[in-house]
Amino acid sequence: MSFWRSKRFWSWVALSFGVLYFALPLIGTFEFSLRMKRGEYSFEAYRVILGDPRFQATFLYSVLMALLTIVVGVLLVVPTAYWVRLKLPRWRPVVEFITLLPLIIPAIVIVFGYIRLYNTSSVLPLTGSAFGTDILMVCGYTVLALPYMYRAVDTGLRTLDVSTLTEAAESLGAGKITILAKIILPNVLVAILSGAFLTFAIVIGEFVFAALLNRPAFGPFMQLIGANRAYEPAALAVIAFSITWLCMGLMQLVTRLQKHTQVKPFR
Amino acid sequence: MSAIAEPTGVAKTPTSNPSKSRRSMAWLGILPFLIFALLFLILPTLNIVVGAFQNPAGEFTFENIQKLLQPSILASYWISIKISVASAFLGCLIGFAIAAAIVLGGLPAWVRSPIMTFSGVASNFAGVPLAFAFLATLGRLGLVTVLLREGFGINIYAYGFNILSFWGLTLTYLFFQIPLMILIITPALDGLKREWREAAAILGANGFQYWSMVALPILWPALLGTFALLFANAFGAVATAYALTGSSLSIVPIVLFAQIRGDVLQDPHLGYALAFGMIVVTIIANTLYLWMRARSERWVKS
Amino acid sequence: MAFLEISNLQKDYAGNRVVENFNLAVEQGEFVSFLGPSGCGKTTVLRMVAGFETPSAGLIRIDGKDVVNLKPNQRNIGMVFQAYALFPNMTVAQNLAFGLKVAGKSKAEIEATVKEMLALIKLEALGQRYPFQLSGGQQQRVALARALAVKPKLLLLDEPLSALDAKIRVSLREEIRAIQRKLQITTIFVTHDQEEALSMSDRIVVMHQGKADQLGTPFEIYNQPKTRFVASFVGTINVLEGKVLDAPAGRFSLYGAELNLGRSLGEVKTGDIVALALRPEAASLGTTVGKPAQLTGIVQDVNFLGSVIRVRVKVGETSLSLDSFNQAAVAPPKAGDTVMVSFAPEELLVLAD
Ligand SMILES: Nc1ncnc2c1ncn2[C@@H]1O[C@H](COP(=O)(O)OP(=O)(O)OP(=O)(O)O)[C@@H](O)[C@H]1O
Ligand SMILES: [Mg+2]
Repeated sequence: MSFWRSKRFWSWVALSFGVLYFALPLIGTFEFSLRMKRGEYSFEAYRVILGDPRFQATFLYSVLMALLTIVVGVLLVVPTAYWVRLKLPRWRPVVEFITLLPLIIPAIVIVFGYIRLYNTSSVLPLTGSAFGTDILMVCGYTVLALPYMYRAVDTGLRTLDVSTLTEAAESLGAGKITILAKIILPNVLVAILSGAFLTFAIVIGEFVFAALLNRPAFGPFMQLIGANRAYEPAALAVIAFSITWLCMGLMQLVTRLQKHTQVKPFR
Repeated sequence: MSAIAEPTGVAKTPTSNPSKSRRSMAWLGILPFLIFALLFLILPTLNIVVGAFQNPAGEFTFENIQKLLQPSILASYWISIKISVASAFLGCLIGFAIAAAIVLGGLPAWVRSPIMTFSGVASNFAGVPLAFAFLATLGRLGLVTVLLREGFGINIYAYGFNILSFWGLTLTYLFFQIPLMILIITPALDGLKREWREAAAILGANGFQYWSMVALPILWPALLGTFALLFANAFGAVATAYALTGSSLSIVPIVLFAQIRGDVLQDPHLGYALAFGMIVVTIIANTLYLWMRARSERWVKS
Repeated sequence: MAFLEISNLQKDYAGNRVVENFNLAVEQGEFVSFLGPSGCGKTTVLRMVAGFETPSAGLIRIDGKDVVNLKPNQRNIGMVFQAYALFPNMTVAQNLAFGLKVAGKSKAEIEATVKEMLALIKLEALGQRYPFQLSGGQQQRVALARALAVKPKLLLLDEPLSALDAKIRVSLREEIRAIQRKLQITTIFVTHDQEEALSMSDRIVVMHQGKADQLGTPFEIYNQPKTRFVASFVGTINVLEGKVLDAPAGRFSLYGAELNLGRSLGEVKTGDIVALALRPEAASLGTTVGKPAQLTGIVQDVNFLGSVIRVRVKVGETSLSLDSFNQAAVAPPKAGDTVMVSFAPEELLVLAD
């Protein structure tokens, strides 16, 4: 069989096509971001962006939102997933279905519901104050992160023998909170971390919630710059992609670390 | 466990009694989660659904749903569905080709891991920055546009290409659709056993017959399911489209976005109906997905 | 001319020779087993016959036709895999029909053949089931029928029974053999289970490190192993090490005793070590008329197997197994007893390495 007609050849064709399609926008963005000064490549666009006080403010705000989302998500998901595994296996389909709902219901619909449900004339007028809206944002982001977070943690718990661990700890006199904090949490730390990095990547550039709830987050800032400037958006895109890349890299790293160093007490 | 000591009447259902009382307590353990889901996921959505069937006075009506049938809104749904179908279909096709190249194509083993890692990253490259990346690449001053014009004398904009269009948006969405397809379908392709191919071959089937009678039917649920997922993924996306096209391309999420911001439809309840329509479409897509996934997993169990 | 002819077959994987100088001629209707330990190259040979692997060198002829350059789907061979390999998306009947369908057979013909095949494997009632609804044994019978449905000239079975549990294995191997006899189909059966090979085959190829060590009927393989490997792999035969005194005359020494084989020891020099096989039932305890060779040893253990008593005796560094029939009047020896082992030197088999 000649190489030109072989499977290998067409595989390379498909792969090259893919590499080209994915590399070009990345290269293009980077190249564009360097073009701000006429006639030469420079990091001028980055300097302008990084020096923009609005960048600093919105970025910090989004980082804070992301961190809060992770905390709320962990506090919500870990005990629930643990409890469902331990005591409520019958509830699993229900809980799992709820955690998958955010993949089905578009984010824009959810935030629309928030605006209706928590407006200033409602029982719980969260949108009335900046602080209330921030709470709403964190809750919304937690909802967005729910499918990923729950799946990561639940998968992590599956590899543990939750009930044996719990019984062992209880026989030593540990309470439920202690068990969660001292035994379950460290054991699913890797799962939590990988869920957390993904959450961070999702929240940091999120646009719809922040834009519609009118909060000064990084996503709407990027959109604003995009609508008004030429080269800075490309620099922003490079920055945002780098953050995503970093998050996913860290996620892979912790997963690998776990594979190599994990102690397997039951084998 | 403790049933041994109990009278026979109770022992008939030995586990029901203790577990019932324990369950009613245990139920409290996920109460925070349920309350949270109710407050920030279910009630807001229900609120929209209910609102879609109410008039401003709060009475039940089908009027809002009927108003969805006006040409401009139907057109929005239509272009939304077109873009979602196109990007999901192409995403499936190209992602499948790349995954097949990795798994079955005889490529060196080392290419696999970087591709899977990249797919994991790129499937999260949605949102505003992705729009910027494509503007910087295929916009009027973008790298590829300029290269093609100056290097090859091809002015893609003169040929009618526009990044702020149906095809431009589809091309952009593919950047996260293809990786998502690769991530989902690669394990499915791994699940195709070598013996199936060999058994087919030794029974006289050629490559085409193997694919059409064995491999594709086995993969079919996974393929269709992924298609539905990619469809929903594109259908609900706002940020990329908004950053790329502003309001010039009136896909449903963008119309809804503008409606929420400034009541452009001048009828809040029509806004609810619009959102309700989105839920219906994505629910159909995802029901298909879940159903297909269940079917494909039943086969794999063998 | 033989129906299947394999000559000088060789296969290298990245410089690693896994099949070497493999020769075999299988007659029409014959049932031949490849027997050997894991990794000896059985599957590789089979896959080359099927056309899934290309030989590095050598010739494969089926019915007089060179098939080395034919694709698997052009060879008209049936094959059954260890892991069933039924198509999971098709019912039993659809699986059976697959080969006929791709061959473009008519609907009526397909239906008739499927029915016939279901009857052959006695699963008439299960035609509409999916593979995952069948037991392992049933799946493997369907796989066999699927291979046979296209009326292949040659049937290849690669450890078809090794995924099944012991009881089904025995009944299925009888069934396979019965079907093979009925259809008179030339068959190659790969296994690493000697009992399977011995009970089913017309002839056995014992493979070792990519080579065919010995080819023969089960009787020959069991009773007249040619190499040390065959002797140790098939059955329980004792291997003794003698020192050559005079090769042409057949004289050698064994644990100090000087013995005469009565025939040539083969191409060995004086002073060489030669491996000699002794079947457990050829030796007896104590002195016996007609068994002049005598060795002294210590009983290690005694296994009472009913009609047969198996005694293991340590002679020098070697431990020998001896079988004798149970006699009610004679008590068997006890462990630790010093006993005499006697046999006729002519019964020893000279083994090649
Ligand atoms: N594709 C391959 N690449 C490299 N080496 C291989 C390949 N296939 C088989 N081998 C090697 O060839 C040798 C023979 O393998 P083969 O599968 O024929 O053994 P086998 O006799 O069938 O063993 P088993 O009883 O375990 O099935 C083994 O050492 C194996 O590692
Ligand atoms: Mg094998």
